[in-house]
Amino acid sequence: MISPVVLWTDALVFTLVGVAVVFGLYARRREHLREPWRRVARSPKGVSAGTVLAAFVAIGLLDSLHFHPRLEGAEAGGSAEHYSTEVASVFDLLVWPLRERVEKTYSAPFATHAYAKETIDLGGGRQAREYPRLVHGGAHLSDAGTRGADIALRSLAGLGAGIALWLALVGLFVAVPAARRGERFGRLWRALWAGHWQWPWRTFLVTAGVLLTLVTLGVTLAGTYHVLGTDKVGQDVLYQALKSVRTGLVIGTVSTLVMLPFAIALGISAGYFRGLVDDVVQYLYTTLSSIPGVLLIAAAVLMLQVYVANHPDDFESLAESADLRLLFLSIILGVTSWTGLARLLRAETLKLSQVEFVLAAQALGVAGGRILVRHILPNVMHIVLITVVLDFSGLVLAEAVLSYVSIGVDPTTISWGNMINSARLELAREPVVWWSLAAAFFFMFSLVLSANLFADVVRDAFDPRLRGSERPA
Amino acid sequence: MIAYLARRLLYALPILVGVNVLTFFLFFVVNSPDDMARLHLGVKRVTPDAIEKWKVERGYDRPLFWNAPRPGLAALTDTIFFQKSVRLFTFDFGRSDEGREISRDIAERMGPSLAIAVPALLVGLLVNVTLAMTLAFFRGTYLDAWGVVFAVVLMSVSSLFYIIGGQYLVGKLLRLVPISGYEGGLDAVKFIVLPVLVSLAAGVGSGTRWYRTLFLEELGRDYVRTARAKGLAERAVLFKHVLRNALIPILTGVVVVLPLLFLGSLITEAFFGIPGLGSYTIDAIHQQDFAVVRAMVFLGSVLYILGLLLTDISYTLVDPRVRLE
Repeated sequence: MISPVVLWTDALVFTLVGVAVVFGLYARRREHLREPWRRVARSPKGVSAGTVLAAFVAIGLLDSLHFHPRLEGAEAGGSAEHYSTEVASVFDLLVWPLRERVEKTYSAPFATHAYAKETIDLGGGRQAREYPRLVHGGAHLSDAGTRGADIALRSLAGLGAGIALWLALVGLFVAVPAARRGERFGRLWRALWAGHWQWPWRTFLVTAGVLLTLVTLGVTLAGTYHVLGTDKVGQDVLYQALKSVRTGLVIGTVSTLVMLPFAIALGISAGYFRGLVDDVVQYLYTTLSSIPGVLLIAAAVLMLQVYVANHPDDFESLAESADLRLLFLSIILGVTSWTGLARLLRAETLKLSQVEFVLAAQALGVAGGRILVRHILPNVMHIVLITVVLDFSGLVLAEAVLSYVSIGVDPTTISWGNMINSARLELAREPVVWWSLAAAFFFMFSLVLSANLFADVVRDAFDPRLRGSERPA
Repeated sequence: MIAYLARRLLYALPILVGVNVLTFFLFFVVNSPDDMARLHLGVKRVTPDAIEKWKVERGYDRPLFWNAPRPGLAALTDTIFFQKSVRLFTFDFGRSDEGREISRDIAERMGPSLAIAVPALLVGLLVNVTLAMTLAFFRGTYLDAWGVVFAVVLMSVSSLFYIIGGQYLVGKLLRLVPISGYEGGLDAVKFIVLPVLVSLAAGVGSGTRWYRTLFLEELGRDYVRTARAKGLAERAVLFKHVLRNALIPILTGVVVVLPLLFLGSLITEAFFGIPGLGSYTIDAIHQQDFAVVRAMVFLGSVLYILGLLLTDISYTLVDPRVRLE
């Protein structure tokens, strides 16, 4: 049995999933909402970026199911089960070896020997300075010289498994419609690769194939080597990079979830009711946006630090206070970013409130609140969606910068920002420790790039004016 | 025009009051000065006396809003709110928690900040507009398509990587310029080159893409069709007509950030060891110097409001259709 833990950010992440599902069900019935999504699904760029994003989201969601792992020793007692105060997630279970196989300190990717020389006792009072073997990395090799061949063999196995799985997947994708429509398998297969299918399945399958192969390669290689090396305290860098996915996603999504209610409610009521309401709302967002974002975040995070330092009793574990800080950072990022959306919504509502169907509703005596919800809100949702998608990548990037300035996530939270932060000093070492930085770069870049590409497609599909309206960063 | 400006300046007042109240709330109400003292003094030295001493030295020993024992107006003025927040309006920033004069620090550090920020802005503007013009000129071709893809790729890289990469490549491997530091006078050039290049690289993706959309938007207007109809070459259309019109949103977009240049770039300055206001802020954050952070928040919002005002004025200057009423 496990003892589940629901951290604040977990709850919000799953609320967000719930909102997305409800919205999906709502949109399914409405042609005007389905059409733009269809346009997204028809764009190869959108499909490819969406597939990569989905993979990241899957990691993030699995990593959001937390629990206290049971302590091994407690079973013998037979009485009540004991749980560790540490918090682990379902994702941790999947990559448990990565989490557990800790070296002493740095080691290069695929290394069998440590990064730094150590004094080794050779017995008989003789000592030597040499690179010790790693405890886990390449530990299965009796002769470290065979490492190259072993890696090649394992890569081939991973590649083979990936391709085999992928071919099975593609086969399934062709066989099912072939059986259903009674068409010949070969004809459909050729049509798929010639791009004659209605949807860009080809793009999806290629992207999924690349991801699948990466996973199988990871499975065959990461089990015995530190594929991306280890960091200062010997933790596997691949594990850190993967765990950072959740932090990035939480920052990118929870911030928007937090700000949406305010931005929507204030924005459209300012535009619709005008007068005093409008003045107050405009005053609010001008004031907030006039404080440079970084400074407001700095001020707020500093205050949180003071609070946490002075109230240690409020938190059961380190994970909880780190999680609170993550949540708080998301909220502050939301506070600093809702003003732009509120301004857009106010302008759009000003325009909409003069349109015939709204005037007609007013003439028929429909109450103001009802008009807002039934007539105005559905017609500004595309702006909300476009903003949310466009803001996402900026928020992920902001996390890294803020963590560097030490006003980001808690230093104990694994995040790309913290990885980069520590990598700064590592670059000054001789030989250079480049792998943490490279790993953070690669993972962050793939997430942000796919988010940017996806956002472009979504914007083009939803913006009725069909033209760009992005802001410079 | 003057009446408009006066009204705008008056309108700025309540906003600054709002900023002030908000920061006051963040810094003094959420956590009491006692909490701050405890954090500053560290766990070991916390005694009620030490806390009291810390507070008296920095003037945090007053009541928050209302000093009842004091007679008359002093009941209102001899409070933390008045001393620490209201006095900011006269640009009297007081002393930092370390005891240094904040105003003098700011005056000293403005120079290096501007020395980085102004060239970075100008070079960035020049390069971004040129690239965007090129893409707009070749719109619809492979050059344009790949240019946009490349821009998206560039803007997907965190600015931290540009800084770290630039420092490593130019400073450490090629040894062309010092990795970090700053000197006054002409020597400053060698310290400025790398930060400017890095900020150019970090901004070129999003900048080029944004300006390209502006150009394409202008290219769809009626006057462009007229210009083409009267037989102008595409080059003449682009440079004589489109560029001039697109410069309006570009310039006003630049004017907004002009005052904020004084604050410098937090990240760039911290990485390159530039003794400007950005690194001043960062240091204050690291040392948890609340007085400095509070002063910078106030200064930042003043400059932002100034930027909005300048934008309005610049609109009337470059676009005769706009009249300020």
